[in-house]
Amino acid sequence: MYLRIGVQEKPFDVGKEVRSLRESSRQIGGIATFLGVVREINDDDAVSNLFLEHYPGMTESQIEEIIRSAGERWPVLAATVLHRVGNLAPNEEIVFTCIGSRHRGDAFAACEFIMDYLKTRASFWKKEKTRAGSRWLTTRDSDIKAAERWTDDH
Amino acid sequence: MIRVVLFASLREQLGTGATEVTDDVRCISDLVEALSRQHGKVWRVTLHSENVRVAVNKSLVQGDHHIMDGDEVAFFPPVTGG
Repeated sequence: MYLRIGVQEKPFDVGKEVRSLRESSRQIGGIATFLGVVREINDDDAVSNLFLEHYPGMTESQIEEIIRSAGERWPVLAATVLHRVGNLAPNEEIVFTCIGSRHRGDAFAACEFIMDYLKTRASFWKKEKTRAGSRWLTTRDSDIKAAERWTDDH
Repeated sequence: MIRVVLFASLREQLGTGATEVTDDVRCISDLVEALSRQHGKVWRVTLHSENVRVAVNKSLVQGDHHIMDGDEVAFFPPVTGG
Protein backbone atom coordinates (compact mmCIF):
# COMPACT_ATOMS: atom_id res chain seq x y z
CA MET A 1 0.00 0.00 0.00
CA TYR A 2 1.22 3.49 -0.89
CA LEU A 3 1.34 5.48 2.33
CA ARG A 4 2.49 9.07 2.62
CA ILE A 5 2.20 11.05 5.85
CA GLY A 6 3.58 14.53 6.38
CA VAL A 7 3.41 17.19 9.07
CA GLN A 8 5.11 20.29 7.76
CA GLU A 9 5.28 24.08 7.83
CA LYS A 10 5.64 24.51 4.08
CA PRO A 11 2.69 24.42 1.68
CA PHE A 12 2.08 21.28 -0.36
CA ASP A 13 1.53 20.79 -4.07
CA VAL A 14 -1.85 19.10 -4.41
CA GLY A 15 -1.37 18.28 -8.12
CA LYS A 16 1.97 16.62 -7.52
CA GLU A 17 0.61 14.65 -4.57
CA VAL A 18 -2.39 13.33 -6.52
CA ARG A 19 -0.15 12.32 -9.41
CA SER A 20 2.31 10.41 -7.16
CA LEU A 21 -0.56 8.57 -5.50
CA ARG A 22 -2.25 7.78 -8.83
CA GLU A 23 0.96 6.40 -10.31
CA SER A 24 1.55 4.15 -7.27
CA SER A 25 -0.86 1.43 -8.44
CA ARG A 26 -2.61 0.40 -11.63
CA GLN A 27 -5.39 -1.14 -9.52
CA ILE A 28 -6.66 2.33 -8.60
CA GLY A 29 -9.97 3.24 -10.24
CA GLY A 30 -10.97 6.22 -8.11
CA ILE A 31 -9.26 8.88 -6.06
CA ALA A 32 -11.07 11.00 -3.47
CA THR A 33 -9.40 14.11 -2.07
CA PHE A 34 -10.18 16.60 0.65
CA LEU A 35 -8.44 19.93 1.09
CA GLY A 36 -9.01 21.86 4.31
CA VAL A 37 -8.53 25.64 4.14
CA VAL A 38 -8.20 28.36 6.82
CA ARG A 39 -11.56 30.15 7.10
CA GLU A 40 -11.46 33.91 7.36
CA ILE A 41 -14.56 34.06 9.56
CA ASN A 42 -14.81 31.66 12.48
CA ASP A 43 -17.58 31.93 15.10
CA ASP A 44 -18.46 35.41 13.73
CA ASP A 45 -14.95 36.83 14.17
CA ALA A 46 -12.46 37.75 11.45
CA VAL A 47 -9.39 35.55 11.76
CA SER A 48 -6.08 37.19 10.79
CA ASN A 49 -3.82 34.23 11.62
CA LEU A 50 -4.08 30.58 12.61
CA PHE A 51 -1.27 28.90 14.55
CA LEU A 52 -1.05 25.11 14.60
CA GLU A 53 1.00 23.06 17.00
CA HIS A 54 1.60 19.28 17.08
CA TYR A 55 3.43 16.62 19.10
CA PRO A 56 6.27 15.44 16.84
CA GLY A 57 6.40 11.67 16.67
CA MET A 58 3.05 11.06 18.32
CA THR A 59 1.01 12.95 15.73
CA GLU A 60 2.54 11.04 12.80
CA SER A 61 1.91 7.66 14.50
CA GLN A 62 -1.70 8.64 15.19
CA ILE A 63 -2.22 9.56 11.53
CA GLU A 64 -0.76 6.21 10.47
CA GLU A 65 -3.04 4.42 12.93
CA ILE A 66 -6.08 6.30 11.52
CA ILE A 67 -5.14 5.34 7.94
CA ARG A 68 -4.67 1.69 9.01
CA SER A 69 -8.14 1.73 10.63
CA ALA A 70 -9.60 3.06 7.37
CA GLY A 71 -7.75 0.28 5.52
CA GLU A 72 -9.44 -2.33 7.72
CA ARG A 73 -12.86 -0.95 6.81
CA TRP A 74 -12.44 -0.24 3.11
CA PRO A 75 -10.05 -1.61 0.46
CA VAL A 76 -7.64 1.34 0.39
CA LEU A 77 -4.83 1.00 -2.18
CA ALA A 78 -3.07 4.30 -1.51
CA ALA A 79 -3.30 7.07 1.08
CA THR A 80 -1.71 10.49 1.54
CA VAL A 81 -2.33 12.70 4.57
CA LEU A 82 -0.47 16.00 4.83
CA HIS A 83 -1.06 18.47 7.64
CA ARG A 84 0.51 21.88 8.05
CA VAL A 85 1.70 23.41 11.31
CA GLY A 86 3.02 26.85 12.27
CA ASN A 87 1.48 30.16 11.24
CA LEU A 88 -1.16 30.13 8.49
CA ALA A 89 -3.14 32.97 6.92
CA PRO A 90 -6.80 32.85 5.78
CA ASN A 91 -7.31 30.89 2.56
CA GLU A 92 -4.09 28.88 3.01
CA GLU A 93 -4.40 25.08 2.95
CA ILE A 94 -4.20 23.25 6.30
CA VAL A 95 -4.83 19.61 5.54
CA PHE A 96 -4.89 17.35 2.50
CA THR A 97 -6.24 13.81 2.41
CA CYS A 98 -6.09 11.74 -0.74
CA ILE A 99 -7.32 8.15 -1.02
CA GLY A 100 -7.00 5.77 -3.94
CA SER A 101 -9.20 2.70 -4.20
CA ARG A 102 -10.66 0.46 -6.91
CA HIS A 103 -14.04 2.19 -6.74
CA ARG A 104 -15.17 5.68 -5.77
CA GLY A 105 -17.50 4.62 -2.94
CA ASP A 106 -14.64 3.17 -0.90
CA ALA A 107 -12.39 6.14 -1.69
CA PHE A 108 -15.04 8.69 -0.60
CA ALA A 109 -15.87 6.77 2.60
CA ALA A 110 -12.24 6.25 3.63
CA CYS A 111 -11.42 9.91 2.93
CA GLU A 112 -14.31 11.12 5.09
CA PHE A 113 -13.52 8.66 7.88
CA ILE A 114 -9.88 9.78 7.96
CA MET A 115 -10.88 13.46 8.15
CA ASP A 116 -13.38 12.81 10.98
CA TYR A 117 -10.77 10.89 12.95
CA LEU A 118 -8.00 13.44 12.23
CA LYS A 119 -10.15 16.16 13.81
CA THR A 120 -10.67 14.24 17.03
CA ARG A 121 -7.79 11.75 17.38
CA ALA A 122 -4.58 13.33 16.08
CA SER A 123 -2.47 15.64 18.27
CA PHE A 124 -2.90 19.04 16.67
CA TRP A 125 -3.94 22.23 18.44
CA LYS A 126 -5.17 25.43 16.79
CA LYS A 127 -4.88 28.95 18.08
CA GLU A 128 -6.52 31.75 16.17
CA LYS A 129 -5.77 35.43 16.22
CA THR A 130 -8.71 37.83 15.85
CA ARG A 131 -9.08 41.56 16.49
CA ALA A 132 -10.20 40.70 20.04
CA GLY A 133 -7.00 38.74 20.74
CA SER A 134 -5.74 35.17 20.48
CA ARG A 135 -7.64 32.08 21.57
CA TRP A 136 -6.99 28.34 21.61
CA LEU A 137 -9.83 26.55 19.90
CA THR A 138 -11.87 23.90 21.68
CA THR A 139 -13.19 20.70 20.16
CA ARG A 140 -16.53 21.20 18.41
CA ASP A 141 -19.43 18.93 19.38
CA SER A 142 -20.18 18.53 15.66
CA ASP A 143 -16.66 17.11 15.13
CA ILE A 144 -17.08 14.65 18.01
CA LYS A 145 -20.47 13.55 16.62
CA ALA A 146 -19.00 13.17 13.12
CA ALA A 147 -16.29 10.84 14.45
CA GLU A 148 -18.70 8.89 16.67
CA ARG A 149 -20.97 7.91 13.80
CA TRP A 150 -18.25 5.55 12.49
CA THR A 151 -18.30 3.55 15.71
CA ASP A 152 -22.09 2.99 15.63
CA ASP A 153 -23.03 -0.58 14.78
CA HIS A 154 -24.52 -0.70 11.33
CA MET B 1 14.49 11.00 35.31
CA ILE B 2 11.12 11.71 33.74
CA ARG B 3 10.86 14.14 30.84
CA VAL B 4 7.67 16.21 30.92
CA VAL B 5 6.32 18.00 27.84
CA LEU B 6 3.38 20.40 27.59
CA PHE B 7 1.42 21.57 24.59
CA ALA B 8 -0.90 24.37 23.48
CA SER B 9 -2.84 26.18 26.23
CA LEU B 10 -1.14 24.14 29.00
CA ARG B 11 2.30 25.18 27.71
CA GLU B 12 1.22 28.82 27.79
CA GLN B 13 -0.47 28.62 31.20
CA LEU B 14 2.57 26.99 32.83
CA GLY B 15 5.09 29.09 30.90
CA THR B 16 7.24 26.24 29.57
CA GLY B 17 7.09 23.48 26.97
CA ALA B 18 9.34 20.99 28.75
CA THR B 19 10.85 20.18 32.12
CA GLU B 20 12.39 17.23 33.97
CA VAL B 21 11.64 15.46 37.23
CA THR B 22 14.39 13.53 38.99
CA ASP B 23 12.38 12.53 42.10
CA ASP B 24 11.36 8.91 42.41
CA VAL B 25 7.88 8.90 40.89
CA ARG B 26 5.86 5.81 40.04
CA CYS B 27 2.63 7.14 38.57
CA ILE B 28 1.06 10.23 37.01
CA SER B 29 -0.28 11.55 40.33
CA ASP B 30 3.23 11.24 41.92
CA LEU B 31 4.62 13.13 38.94
CA VAL B 32 2.08 15.95 39.26
CA GLU B 33 2.91 16.27 42.99
CA ALA B 34 6.64 16.43 42.18
CA LEU B 35 6.03 19.09 39.52
CA SER B 36 3.93 21.05 41.98
CA ARG B 37 6.74 20.94 44.57
CA GLN B 38 9.30 22.05 41.97
CA HIS B 39 7.35 24.77 40.19
CA GLY B 40 4.40 25.78 42.38
CA LYS B 41 0.82 24.78 43.11
CA VAL B 42 -0.46 26.21 39.84
CA TRP B 43 0.95 23.06 38.20
CA ARG B 44 -1.21 20.77 40.34
CA VAL B 45 -4.33 22.84 39.69
CA THR B 46 -3.67 23.09 35.95
CA LEU B 47 -2.66 19.47 35.35
CA HIS B 48 -5.55 18.09 37.42
CA SER B 49 -8.14 20.24 35.68
CA GLU B 50 -10.85 18.68 33.60
CA ASN B 51 -10.09 17.80 29.98
CA VAL B 52 -6.32 17.43 30.44
CA ARG B 53 -5.08 14.51 28.34
CA VAL B 54 -1.99 12.50 29.23
CA ALA B 55 0.38 10.49 27.03
CA VAL B 56 3.24 8.27 28.19
CA ASN B 57 5.95 7.72 25.57
CA LYS B 58 3.63 9.20 22.93
CA SER B 59 0.68 6.90 23.65
CA LEU B 60 -2.51 8.18 25.28
CA VAL B 61 -3.18 6.78 28.75
CA GLN B 62 -6.19 6.86 31.04
CA GLY B 63 -6.29 7.27 34.82
CA ASP B 64 -3.31 7.19 37.13
CA HIS B 65 -0.98 5.31 34.79
CA HIS B 66 2.32 3.97 36.14
CA ILE B 67 5.56 5.48 34.83
CA MET B 68 9.21 4.47 34.88
CA ASP B 69 12.57 6.19 34.82
CA GLY B 70 13.29 7.38 31.26
CA ASP B 71 9.64 7.87 30.28
CA GLU B 72 8.36 10.95 28.48
CA VAL B 73 5.04 12.19 29.85
CA ALA B 74 2.97 14.71 27.90
CA PHE B 75 0.06 16.83 29.12
CA PHE B 76 -2.23 18.57 26.64
CA PRO B 77 -5.79 19.79 26.01
CA PRO B 78 -8.28 18.03 23.67
CA VAL B 79 -7.08 18.12 20.06
CA THR B 80 -8.41 20.53 17.43
CA GLY B 81 -6.74 19.57 14.15
CA GLY B 82 -8.03 19.00 10.64
